[in-house]
Amino acid sequence: MKHRKTNLFILLTILLVILFLADLTLGSIRIPLKDMINVFLGNSTNNINSEILLNFRLPKAITAILTGAALSVAGLLMQTLFRNPLADPYILGVSSGASLGVALVMMASALLPVIFISSGWGLIIAAIIGAALVLLLVVGVSFKVQNSVSLLIVGLMFGTMASSLVSIMQFYSNPDAVKLFVMWNMGSLSAVTWNYMYVLFPVILTGLLIAFLLTKRLNGLLLGENYARGLGIPIIQTRILIVIATGILAGSVTAFTGPIAFVGVAVPHIARGLFRSARHQHLLPACILSGASLLLICDIISQIPAHALPVNIISALFGAPVIIWIILKRK
Amino acid sequence: MQSELNLELNNGEMVCLIGPNGSGKTTLLKTLAGLQKPLKGEVLINDRLISELSQQEKALEIALVLTDKVQVENATVRDIVTLGQLPYTHWLGGLTDEGRKKVDEAIGMVHLKHKANYFLNELSDGERQRVMIAKALAQDTPLIFLDEPTAHLDLPNRVEIMLLLHRLAHKTQKAIILSTHELDLALQAADRIWLMSETDGVICGVPEDLVIDGSFNRIFQSDAYYFNASNGNFSMNYRLTKKLSLTGDNTRLYWTLRALARSGFYVTDDAETHIDITDKGWELNGKIHPDIETLLNELAGFTEI
Repeated sequence: MKHRKTNLFILLTILLVILFLADLTLGSIRIPLKDMINVFLGNSTNNINSEILLNFRLPKAITAILTGAALSVAGLLMQTLFRNPLADPYILGVSSGASLGVALVMMASALLPVIFISSGWGLIIAAIIGAALVLLLVVGVSFKVQNSVSLLIVGLMFGTMASSLVSIMQFYSNPDAVKLFVMWNMGSLSAVTWNYMYVLFPVILTGLLIAFLLTKRLNGLLLGENYARGLGIPIIQTRILIVIATGILAGSVTAFTGPIAFVGVAVPHIARGLFRSARHQHLLPACILSGASLLLICDIISQIPAHALPVNIISALFGAPVIIWIILKRK
Repeated sequence: MQSELNLELNNGEMVCLIGPNGSGKTTLLKTLAGLQKPLKGEVLINDRLISELSQQEKALEIALVLTDKVQVENATVRDIVTLGQLPYTHWLGGLTDEGRKKVDEAIGMVHLKHKANYFLNELSDGERQRVMIAKALAQDTPLIFLDEPTAHLDLPNRVEIMLLLHRLAHKTQKAIILSTHELDLALQAADRIWLMSETDGVICGVPEDLVIDGSFNRIFQSDAYYFNASNGNFSMNYRLTKKLSLTGDNTRLYWTLRALARSGFYVTDDAETHIDITDKGWELNGKIHPDIETLLNELAGFTEI
């Protein structure tokens, strides 16, 4: 049993490295491995290749890894907290809050100063504010409610409210703004340039760190909240920490790349299936490795057509069959 | 719900908390366990208020087995029992050598060693309940509380769980408290009974004393059944309107009596109709019936005798 798990971890890590390199090589212009090494060593004479590689593909591949890891871990946290196999990172309404912020900037932009909109930070800041607002509301509620199911419903309600506000704005906006918003909604890994990476990287690292520090408590929660209390776990504090970690992970990803569907709900199941374990000391790293790999695969596939597809479409194509598989297996 | 409780509990004892539905068994257990605040009053553990203990400190005093359904995908028996050691582990939940030994011991005590690496969903209901008991044992607390540990189990499993808990209390010198509806099992297995009722509060004592002083009868009285102090069972109150006299050997006499009671007959010596149970069968009015069924068919014609 132990050997199998160690081998799996090694295999997944190798897979991740291979996919990372493949993601860098493949694309509308192929950059062979040899050229790639030259670019990284600073020996390249080909300026176009090094431009594409360093300023476009490298940040995109890193974003894919960060996003895949963040969404998968957030999904795992939600599934454990709510003891519901179909819970996902967006279930608390955090990304709906982010969408609301973005929609406000894109469609109600007449009210905002021009500089705010024209810089890329405008959207991101709006998304972060929107996500943080919903997160604060949900955390506030988690002090009040007795059980997590109520929290789940409240989160869903916040999300629905934010979505309908977005719909109202879409209804009154001009088609260009709506199209812009629809495009954002499809998610894009290439929007994260180095400038943004300095923010995204530490933020996601913080979220993952909180999740890892909760390992033991997450294991206790598997038995349900009453048993967890009996095992000495402070439930309310744990619940809030889980909500904050999920909010940071899902909120920041949504802010920088747009909402990316299905990775968060599907990967925890892949991790459980692969490792045949319920323990979070296995599942957390497994989610990080397989989530990052899955999103790299999605990114590689999305680049196959001449005009690269939004990553959200590909991830849904991958995720939906997994969900069907879960449902058929659970009968 | 309950006015004044002053309960006794000793190490190495199994206490059964029994009482009619709605008398507050689960409420009392949860309050004692610190899962809910006392409606009034206070709970003390080793002279400290339970409300002042942190969740972690409580976990070192009391281990729980609840009625909450435990359904964990991909978790083995060992995984679940290991969770009992959670209060003693660092943030990752890694076990010490001593902890690992405790887990192994706990699995052994509930006789699941051969299934330690089975997944939870491969076990029967009775085995799952034993897993949760092992988890509580692995928590290594002086007190174990169980809320209806025999609910949803068939009779052999109910008996086995009760016996197991009784043995564990004596062997580990822990105090084990459980709530149950299994009166006859509780009477046999419990060292002490806390008998709860809405009117009389909680009566505490050795089971046999409570039977003899009539407490059982008083608390569990109803039009439909009565507590039979002579055998510790609950018997249904049939409307007995017809009388018979009966002779025969012990075993068959007992079961014939039960069958007759169901049909509304009671047995008295001055009855006109007589049934004699012999080696050949049940003799009624000179006719021998080979089994109780034909006897009852014959008696069905009788109205008031």
